[in-house]
Amino acid sequence: MQILAALITGTLFGFGLSLGEMINPARVIGFLDIAGRWDATLMFVMGGALAITLPGYALILRRSRPLLDRQFFLPTKSAFDRPLIVGAAIFGIGWGLGGFCPGPALAGLATGSSGVIFFVIAMIAGQWLAGRFTN
Amino acid sequence: MAEANFIGGIIGGALIGVAAVLLLLFNGRIAGISGILDGVFSDNSFAERIWRGVFVGGIICGAAFYSLIFGAPSIQIQTNTPILIVAGLFVGFGTRLGSGCTSGHGVCGLARRSPRSLAATATFIVFGVLTVFLVRHLSL
Repeated sequence: MQILAALITGTLFGFGLSLGEMINPARVIGFLDIAGRWDATLMFVMGGALAITLPGYALILRRSRPLLDRQFFLPTKSAFDRPLIVGAAIFGIGWGLGGFCPGPALAGLATGSSGVIFFVIAMIAGQWLAGRFTN
Repeated sequence: MAEANFIGGIIGGALIGVAAVLLLLFNGRIAGISGILDGVFSDNSFAERIWRGVFVGGIICGAAFYSLIFGAPSIQIQTNTPILIVAGLFVGFGTRLGSGCTSGHGVCGLARRSPRSLAATATFIVFGVLTVFLVRHLSL
């Protein structure tokens, strides 16, 4: 049942990314390009998502457990440590260079674009490197 | 200003929000894509790897469904392949080191009112803006 839930939510997520055009790096770089022809689409996507998750999360987290598991799996770190900020900065640079973040890059695989395939392979390699770096 | 896609953005964003809410409600998990993807390949139990792999497969299916209904979405890549590979390495490295990306910190973390996620989101947006400024307007 958990696997079915993962499939349905993953599919909704990928459909939403496509509908919001976040799968298109031109839209993403347009949002980051505040000195050029600024594109607000990413802000609407973020706003649309938060309009659901802000109240939705608050309601769900009143429960003691999710429907299909014994506990919630939430991040436990609370400190502003260096890896958080340095990691976010490195991610931001990569995001600005390519116009892809992880979700849209995975969704973009559906189009078979060779650029997206190269990006995703490099992204997985980058995660692996960071895993070795932090251990 | 470029012409923004308001309707697609709001509805697409809302669908992403619904997906994140349902994943938390049913499986108790945060819909952070970088973390989910990372967990497919890292040292995890079979059950962990399976749901994560299926979720990633679902994202690809979702985009494929979109193509079936509305036609292939446009992907206008803004740079060349070597830069795209460097970008991928940075995105993978940074999201793993910083424990999240646009979805985990941006959509889910902000919804949990996590100060760490707010700091991370502000940081990656600022660095994204600076990078685009340097590349586009100073032609570095």
